Amino acid sequence: MAGLSSFIYNTFLRRNVTMLGTVFVSAFAMQLAFDTASQRTWDSINKGRQWKDIKHAYIQKPEEDEDEE
Amino acid sequence: MLARSALRSARSVGAAARNAASKTASRSASTSSSTAEGAASSWKTNALPAGATAFAVGTVAWYCHLYGRNVDAMTPAEEGLHPTQYPWEHAKWYKTFDHQSLRRGFQVYREVCASCHSLARVPYRTLVGTIMTVDEAKALAEENEYDTEPNDEGEIEKRPGKLSDYLPSPYKNDEAARAANNGALPPDLSLIVKARHGGCDYIFSLLTGYPEEPPAGAVVQEGLNFNPYFPGTGIAMARVLYDDLVEYEDGTKATSSQMAKDVVEFLNWAAEPEMDDRKLMGWKVLAVTSVLFAISVWVKRYKWAPIKSRKVVYNPPIQSSNILSKLPKPDKKS
Repeated sequence: MAGLSSFIYNTFLRRNVTMLGTVFVSAFAMQLAFDTASQRTWDSINKGRQWKDIKHAYIQKPEEDEDEE
Repeated sequence: MLARSALRSARSVGAAARNAASKTASRSASTSSSTAEGAASSWKTNALPAGATAFAVGTVAWYCHLYGRNVDAMTPAEEGLHPTQYPWEHAKWYKTFDHQSLRRGFQVYREVCASCHSLARVPYRTLVGTIMTVDEAKALAEENEYDTEPNDEGEIEKRPGKLSDYLPSPYKNDEAARAANNGALPPDLSLIVKARHGGCDYIFSLLTGYPEEPPAGAVVQEGLNFNPYFPGTGIAMARVLYDDLVEYEDGTKATSSQMAKDVVEFLNWAAEPEMDDRKLMGWKVLAVTSVLFAISVWVKRYKWAPIKSRKVVYNPPIQSSNILSKLPKPDKKS
């Protein structure tokens, strides 16, 4: 535990350049992970309701069945 | 304050009455300020505040009776019947629109509502990816003609619609709409869910709330139809949704309530096309801010822990009557 934390400290946080890099990279990664996870949760809650769930029925047949007016 | 003073006066009146009833009971003097022999005079003393209290209570009650009730500028018929509150699935905080329903609702709008009502603030491009594919939307747009920019001779020609065009209106302007509809203007439906009290509930109730015939005693003007949900109950729009009026492409049975539900959900989408993204973004904001709030609480406790748990000791200076004893002694030890 102590070895791991000291390793992390010495590798990432000790020098300013590495710490800044760590901050930016981890911010990017965490946002990506958060957005992906929340979008996946959202899609599972709303399964079958969104356009992406039903578009396969309409995307196969281009320009037809327009029968209005 | 009023109740308390009334209570107190009532209690003292009761005590005075008890005093008057048993004159020998001197123990009740402990509860009342008056002694046994002053009991008769205490009744007179309490009569004034009791009467004032009764007068105040009566005045307030009379005032509330006169002016405290709800004042409605309109009769209930002019207000319109309050719509039933339906458990809309898409109105839940964690639910998107049912886009299959949006597609059906758009079909209902095109085939039924669009003959009178415009949807002027919805361009074809917003249909792409929510209701129909790009090819379907393009084909739909090309069915209508729009004005071009002026050409070299300054003439404005017609061109087929593009995705950036807005849905065509059935009438050129409001005056034409009024002239064609007996003086009544069919409102634009782009924001109608936001623009009416009750929103989805109201529109659904209105669409499905036409009785077979007006109830006895209801006055329906010439050219109007009776609908209890419409303010004034006389609506120029007749009942339009009947069972199997449209034929859904996905096989859903087109009952009138099904069509009303679909078109209401579609109109809600037209009014709030950002709803799906807004709800998702709201949940993300709640998640992030709850984490930040927990961190801030932890930091506060962390920072305040030594301050909260410290012990402050006060050692008072030794009091002595002789001020000379505080002076340093010149030669105590040395």
